[in-house]
Amino acid sequence: MMMNPSQGRGLGSGGGSSSGRNKGGEAVVEMFPSGLRVLVVDDDPTCLMILERMLRTCLYEVTKCNRAEMALSLLRKNKHGFDIVISDVHMPDMDGFKLLEHVGLEMDLPVIMMSADDSKSVVLKGVTHGAVDYLIKPVRMEALKNIWQHVVRKRRSEWSVPEHSGSIEETGQHHQQRGPAVSEDAADDNASSVNNEGNNWRSSSNNSRKRKEEEGDEQGDEDASNLKKPRVVWSVELHQQFVAAVNQLGVEKAVPKKILELMNVPGLTRENVASHLQKYRIYLRRLGGVSQHQGNLNNSFMTGQDASFGPLSSLNGFDLQALAVTGQLPAQSLAQLQAAGLGRPAMVSKSGLPVSSVVDERSIFSFDNSKPRFGDGIGGHQTQQPQMNLLHGVPTGMEPRQLAGLQQQLPVGGNRMSIQQQIAAVRAGHSGMLMPQQQPFPRGPPSIRQPMLPNRITERSGFSGRSSVPESSRVLPTSYTNLATQQHSSTSVAFNSFQQELPVNSFPLPSAPGLSVPAQVRKPLSSSSSYQEEVNSSEAGFTAPSYDMFSNRHNDWDLRSIAFDSHQDAESVAFSNSEAFSSSSMSRDNNNNATVAATDLGRNQQQTLSGMVPHHQVYGNGGGGGSSVRVKSERDTAAMAFHEQYSNQEDLMSALLKQV
Amino acid sequence: MQRQVALIKQSLFDQGYLDEQFIELEELQDDANPNFVEEVATLYFKDSARLISNIEQALERGSFDFNRLDNYMHQFKGSSTSIGASKVKTECTMFREYCRVGNAEGWQDRRGPRRLHVGPSNTGTDQ
Repeated sequence: MMMNPSQGRGLGSGGGSSSGRNKGGEAVVEMFPSGLRVLVVDDDPTCLMILERMLRTCLYEVTKCNRAEMALSLLRKNKHGFDIVISDVHMPDMDGFKLLEHVGLEMDLPVIMMSADDSKSVVLKGVTHGAVDYLIKPVRMEALKNIWQHVVRKRRSEWSVPEHSGSIEETGQHHQQRGPAVSEDAADDNASSVNNEGNNWRSSSNNSRKRKEEEGDEQGDEDASNLKKPRVVWSVELHQQFVAAVNQLGVEKAVPKKILELMNVPGLTRENVASHLQKYRIYLRRLGGVSQHQGNLNNSFMTGQDASFGPLSSLNGFDLQALAVTGQLPAQSLAQLQAAGLGRPAMVSKSGLPVSSVVDERSIFSFDNSKPRFGDGIGGHQTQQPQMNLLHGVPTGMEPRQLAGLQQQLPVGGNRMSIQQQIAAVRAGHSGMLMPQQQPFPRGPPSIRQPMLPNRITERSGFSGRSSVPESSRVLPTSYTNLATQQHSSTSVAFNSFQQELPVNSFPLPSAPGLSVPAQVRKPLSSSSSYQEEVNSSEAGFTAPSYDMFSNRHNDWDLRSIAFDSHQDAESVAFSNSEAFSSSSMSRDNNNNATVAATDLGRNQQQTLSGMVPHHQVYGNGGGGGSSVRVKSERDTAAMAFHEQYSNQEDLMSALLKQV
Repeated sequence: MQRQVALIKQSLFDQGYLDEQFIELEELQDDANPNFVEEVATLYFKDSARLISNIEQALERGSFDFNRLDNYMHQFKGSSTSIGASKVKTECTMFREYCRVGNAEGWQDRRGPRRLHVGPSNTGTDQ
């Protein structure tokens, strides 16, 4: 009955401790919150031991973990094996906040942060990242005794009975936001249960549940079921659908109900969507708010040319994709451009854009050059102009404007860049980003983030050139930029770092501009976020060409292509990737690894590949490899990352690594 | 013998080496876990010895990597607060402050006293 946590739940896999199985007596089991399955993550063995002891004393089932990576894999293997996670903030392999994000997105479990650090900024960070609580060390028993409230709260707010959502929806205001009536009732019940602990809680939950669902069939619906309420797992596909729906509606205007309708997933409730939307918004906010300095972006653009090679290529490719998507670029051209952008001469058949030299990339940045080239079909330097040729196919209307804008924005001499940027700008509709002119964007809400991105990138990665690139086009999420950098080993390094920064941006989804992103973004995912943006902006059409290209290029790409079938996927991937990536990047090791990976990749592959691979590697190394990959193909990377995060991490990683 | 241990323990509290957190740990000990405090203390010493040697290594290098030192110190501080080693915690805080301002000499002076704090002691159970 009550919680037999062990039953049907995969307790404490791996972690070990599971000694606290209360299965022992019914009496114990009966008393909620005993048996609560807690996962504790802390690199400090002393703390870990003390916490475990304390939690056991509270009659919880404890699993301890001293590495965040291990914790994540435990959680993933055992999606419903835990009720709550307690994590330290400072850990060597992954930042606690990254872990927090991952857990929130993937498993939707309540996470409590803890640290000896009680500075307000860190506590605030915990809040903004979605932690349900923040404990200051030394942690006392009293604090741990009440952690179960977070589990209850979360369950209530996510009350959802997949199979019988009908009744629930009717009766309930399950929706967190709107459930004042219901929640009040439930609250009353809960209040009493709180006092009584255990049985009351359970019964009140049951009552509420029954109230809500006339059918009352819920799985198990007994007390145990309350605790084990089926949690909706946001798989990659589901998330992609979600993201697609959100984008369709517009991030600002997306409401759970509409999202739910668009997604049309049986068994999914509005509450599920609502809570996921909340998290998603937080994530976007975090990504978008990072870079705010458009100005910097521009500057960096100009200056960073060298560094930016890689990104440029990617940008180009990206833009191309975007263009293609928007129908402006023939798919083929897009592919070619992409190929070019990636620096793979082979790919581009038409224009024979070989790309891949650093110099060429640089040219992308210079708008001035681009202008003439653009119009002419450039044949001039193959490397530089690959995009140009392709762009030819693009409706002129856009280009000239773009060019103009680009030129202004990016004094750098890269033709490609300019074009791409233009495209990006147009696509992204980012005003203020590199390109002052806001071309009509096929998509939507200008992302303020972009401007921010570039800045951020610049500052962080130090590749001013690069950063500008990503920035300019929110459309071209930094991933492109990153990709460009990747090509060069040095840049790849920068790229990695850049990427890391990007993650924040990477979630460029049309989320409300103006969201201020916390400065701490250092997530490598920024690239992915940008990527996502791109993805968002580019519709399905985009995906197709890019994917083809990618698959040609690189195994990874294939994986990725598969991973993402639609840009939505990419988004979700990006989203998840970002998270993953961020986490990976967070750790120092990751960075190093990523760098190395990037370098290797860059050497081996063209931009695109390098962009992707490094990401991937980073991910692998830091557990965030996926993200790096993402950078490469915005979508792919994002998708990949997402996928990786969710499920194919190992596969992707190996795929990527194989290539390298 | 036990009395001696008790006295020593009391003096540790009086001198500020231990604080109430330690008492919490003691309360966690019971018949089912009779050596909890000892186990924790042992673990703490082992871990902190490692941390300290890392710190010393970092200090010995020509240029001080304050970030890394700060990280070590943060870890050390976390452990120390969890076990109730309040003086160590205080030292860590000060050390981190020095790191924050990049003062390499300041904490060097304190290394001596810090060493005294950490070391096998009878913070364990009554032996």
